[in-house]
Amino acid sequence: MGGILVYALHDDEGNFNKNSLGAISEAAKLAGDVGGEAAAIVVGDISDDACAGLGAYGASKVYRAKDVPEGLAQPIVDAMAKVISDEGYSYALFGGGLLGFEIGAGLTARLDAGVTMEVTAVEAKDGKLVAHRPVLGDSQIAEVGYVGDPGVIIGRINAFDVNESGGTAEVVDVDVELSEWSTKARMVKRGEQRGEDVNIEDANILVGGGRGLGSEENFEVAETLAASMGGAVAATRAVVDAGWYPYAAQIGQTGKTVAPDLYLALGISGAIQHKVGMQNSENILAINKDQNAPIFEYCDLGVVGDLHKIVPKLTEAIKAKKGS
Amino acid sequence: MKICCLVKEVPDAAVTKRMDPDSKRLDRSGEKNLNPFDTHAIEAAMQIKEGGTPVEEIVAVTMGPDSAVRALHKAVALGADRSVHLSDAALEGSDVCATGYALAKILETENPDLVLLGQQSDDGECYTIGAVVADHLKMPSLTQVIKMDAADGKLTCERQAEYGYDTVEIDMPAVISVGDAINEPRYPSLKAIMGAKKKPLDTKAVADAGIEADRIGEGGSRTTVLALAEPPQKEAGEVIEDEDTNETVEKIVAWLDERKLI
Ligand SMILES: Cc1cc2nc3c(=O)[nH]c(=O)nc-3n(C[C@H](O)[C@H](O)[C@H](O)COP(=O)(O)OP(=O)(O)OC[C@H]3O[C@@H](n4cnc5c(N)ncnc54)[C@H](O)[C@@H]3O)c2cc1C
Ligand SMILES: Nc1ncnc2c1ncn2[C@@H]1O[C@H](COP(=O)(O)O)[C@@H](O)[C@H]1O
Repeated sequence: MGGILVYALHDDEGNFNKNSLGAISEAAKLAGDVGGEAAAIVVGDISDDACAGLGAYGASKVYRAKDVPEGLAQPIVDAMAKVISDEGYSYALFGGGLLGFEIGAGLTARLDAGVTMEVTAVEAKDGKLVAHRPVLGDSQIAEVGYVGDPGVIIGRINAFDVNESGGTAEVVDVDVELSEWSTKARMVKRGEQRGEDVNIEDANILVGGGRGLGSEENFEVAETLAASMGGAVAATRAVVDAGWYPYAAQIGQTGKTVAPDLYLALGISGAIQHKVGMQNSENILAINKDQNAPIFEYCDLGVVGDLHKIVPKLTEAIKAKKGS
Repeated sequence: MKICCLVKEVPDAAVTKRMDPDSKRLDRSGEKNLNPFDTHAIEAAMQIKEGGTPVEEIVAVTMGPDSAVRALHKAVALGADRSVHLSDAALEGSDVCATGYALAKILETENPDLVLLGQQSDDGECYTIGAVVADHLKMPSLTQVIKMDAADGKLTCERQAEYGYDTVEIDMPAVISVGDAINEPRYPSLKAIMGAKKKPLDTKAVADAGIEADRIGEGGSRTTVLALAEPPQKEAGEVIEDEDTNETVEKIVAWLDERKLI
């Protein structure tokens, strides 16, 4: 017993997810303290070299389940449950992301395991892992321990830094028999990009538009403001899901992570999943009519008011200022 | 087809939620409401029923203390035909692992073709119950679904994951958690609200559902909260009220100017 098994997510081209690499790095740091090694598991037909390359982040072993499809949780639950049971890993670690939540939850049921999610830090205490799990809108942090083996830890996005410690991992192929119910969901299309391909990563100034803008048409308000400052427009998942703005402009857990000089949030509540993508912005300015919106807890300047009243005047004032 | 909707009673959005330092659990005093995400699950069930797929029954299911009956009444007012309340002191302090197990056991007694639930509870924010329940029930599942079509025993679902939007086809029976973008829940009619208390409500204890006592409650949980800590304090920013918009705009421009952002 001992050791930490990390799920290494990859896209359809076989590129590993940065958050998975962070999770492997984190596992490598902790594994010794819990009496084992850090290992990773990869599904799909990923090359020997690519798998062995995960050793660079500290994985000593990489399990590869070639015939298990990537992208849906339950087949991966089958693969991870098998490796954890056969090899005796004490923890399963995920670097955040949606699939990590689903696989981690499935393992919880399958292995009768404790689970923590949105974890921002993990520490080893007396040979066991303790997860730091923010609760109630990040107002407190619960330090959570596990009763029995294994424990499932689902990290928050960007919680774990990627560290290259060098090395090559041993690649071990595993045969996985899929559960009957794991074959009842089929991916028809994965990772569809909706809307145009806009660039928000290079902008020094970003105006973020949320559901508070009220409609697709009202994004013009955000665009004119952004244009007055030479910035670009970003969006929340709520408005992307609603089809108001392209996915490529989305910031947050299942979107992009940015750190511009200024992030100006218009009608954005500031949910955790959005915050994780923009909290490192140099300056955060928020306009929201609800004084209890979470964004007011972490912005640098907050304005409680109706954006429709404020923004047109603000745009004019900025234009005037720039013209002067 | 029979649809079960998992619903939860949570502190009302207007209540400042806090942890009870002694029990290290959520302080559940104060105004409560039906978890807003769950209203989308009920609406999704109603839309399947109204969309032409024969639905014999929509059953709202909750696990919670006595007061959770009110969440069930709301669920029924929104369209459920009847409800099931799993209520037992032995369940107190259950973590995700224990709650998912207990909910799966109570759902087994109903044998649904489709289980719908919200993507997250407003208080627990675990995002996981759906996938836990699904694996216990040996059913396929998907979470955070924002579009769902039912036909010929299959569901076609869409949701956003880490690389963009996924379209997934799923055979029923299945467990689906829905996001708030999936629909606009209707307002219950006054008649539905008045009639909600008259619809059948089954109250069940742990023993009625064959739930093993050592897998639930604080004792059966697989996680334990060791301590509660304060998050690292970020220096609080300034928050101003917009009273006179010209003045507000002046302040914003000055703030931007000071930081050389314009
Ligand atoms: C697994 C998962 C992944 C997610 N990934 C992401 C992600 O990548 N990115 C992301 O953004 N979200 C993500 N979310 C969703 C996230 O939890 C929130 O639901 C979302 O960020 C809310 O978007 P919003 O702020 O636009 O909408 P809302 O939360 O609805 O907020 C709208 C705000 O506008 C304000 N408002 C309304 N009218 C006005 C007005 N006239 N003037 C001023 N203010 C007004 C309201 O007070 C409110 O605060 C994810 C959720 C989950 C569970
Ligand atoms: N005690 C409960 N009783 C019934 N449903 C629940 C309970 N807890 C969670 N759920 C369901 O699971 C969803 C996700 O909750 P969570 O995983 O806690 O964020 C909620 O929206 C509910 O539909």
